[in-house]
Amino acid sequence: MVERRLARPEPTRIVLTEEGPALVSGPVELELPDGSRVRSDRAVTAVCHCRRSKRYPICDASHRRKVRQEGREA
Amino acid sequence: MTGTLDRPRTAAPELPTPRGPLSGAVVAALRGDPVPAVDTADADPYGDDLQLALHCCYELHYRGFAGVDDDREWDPAVLGLRRQLEQVFLAALRADVEPGDDVAAEVESLLVEPVGPGVRGVSHHLQRDGTLGQLREYVAHRSIYHLKEADPQAWVIPRLSGPAKAGLVTVEHDEYGSGRPERMHSTLFAEMMVEIGLSDAYGAYVEQAPGATLAEVNLMTLCGLHRGLRGASVGQFAMVELTSSPGSERLVKAMRRLGCGPAAIRFYDEHVEADAVHEQVVRRSVLDPLLAAEPELAADVVFGIRASSLLAERMGEHLLGCWERGTTSLRTTPTGSAG
Ligand code: FES
Ligand SMILES: [Fe+2]
Ligand SMILES: [Fe+2]
Repeated sequence: MVERRLARPEPTRIVLTEEGPALVSGPVELELPDGSRVRSDRAVTAVCHCRRSKRYPICDASHRRKVRQEGREA
Repeated sequence: MTGTLDRPRTAAPELPTPRGPLSGAVVAALRGDPVPAVDTADADPYGDDLQLALHCCYELHYRGFAGVDDDREWDPAVLGLRRQLEQVFLAALRADVEPGDDVAAEVESLLVEPVGPGVRGVSHHLQRDGTLGQLREYVAHRSIYHLKEADPQAWVIPRLSGPAKAGLVTVEHDEYGSGRPERMHSTLFAEMMVEIGLSDAYGAYVEQAPGATLAEVNLMTLCGLHRGLRGASVGQFAMVELTSSPGSERLVKAMRRLGCGPAAIRFYDEHVEADAVHEQVVRRSVLDPLLAAEPELAADVVFGIRASSLLAERMGEHLLGCWERGTTSLRTTPTGSAG
């Protein structure tokens, strides 16, 4: 059996990316200003930091740079 | 297509009908018939015949075929044929893909999202004005991969080590439902197929899948099965994970517009969120540590990205071209062969 240690738990690491979301490991629950809660069970959750996500507070890649292409179609 | 609808999801598929001398030789070998010598000199590397032949060779490593002995997987006659086919396919890709080794620039270019009425793409078309029939065709094409989603990339795991391996497994674990089989992406895909009236039997649409569709999946298996192509396998994986989220959002909108049910919407809906995270994990926890450990793989990572983009474009062009001409993008099943 592995010896049980009573060390302090590891701090939660949150990776802040340059271009977009904050990456949080493990299941997380996010509480919004209105008190509602959003749960994510993923191994890693991308929390929207740009506020453009249509699924805020979860990142949906809306932070990406967009280039407009005008119509060749009717 | 009669018959396939009742086949249980887990049953091994029937051998498909050959489309020429190459697939004819492979099917003969799998049936245990004498194998004619094949000549690949004039073969179309992306064509129906060669791609179906390769598909059949590769399927032995996944689910096999009904009535084909599992031992055929390691039959030297089949492996010899497979080698010949792979060489033609790989040589064509190497010739058609511009070489490069700047992975960071390649990744940057994939992260820019073209928007507006001028963007040509299957998901753009389906979102704007595709029909339910076209959406069903698209899902049928994609089923060749998604009913075994994440399996071709699983071959690369033992070829990696350290952080890149851990990162890739993090994403794969999510693709396999993070321990919950009902959340497995291949399962969600199967449920979507049923909801929109398609068969979810493994391999049900191979007979109708053109070379352009099979080629995309064959590239994944080719890169997965060859240790020497592990960089390309990771590149291919990165291409899918980096580009899928916005495309999935368009398909969610297409399905909503066309009135599809919740089980249909769920698959692409899950991918909007999942692949927004997978993109981050692939960049930070797979590509970065892989290139730090094995910088000489950069050119193959770029090759994997560009080769898979090329094949995805060819498939997209095939679909859009057929739909613009008002025809189906699926092959019409030869009479009496689909039982
Ligand atoms: S950070 Fe990705 S959508 Fe906001
Ligand atoms: Fe997935
Ligand atoms: Fe993914």
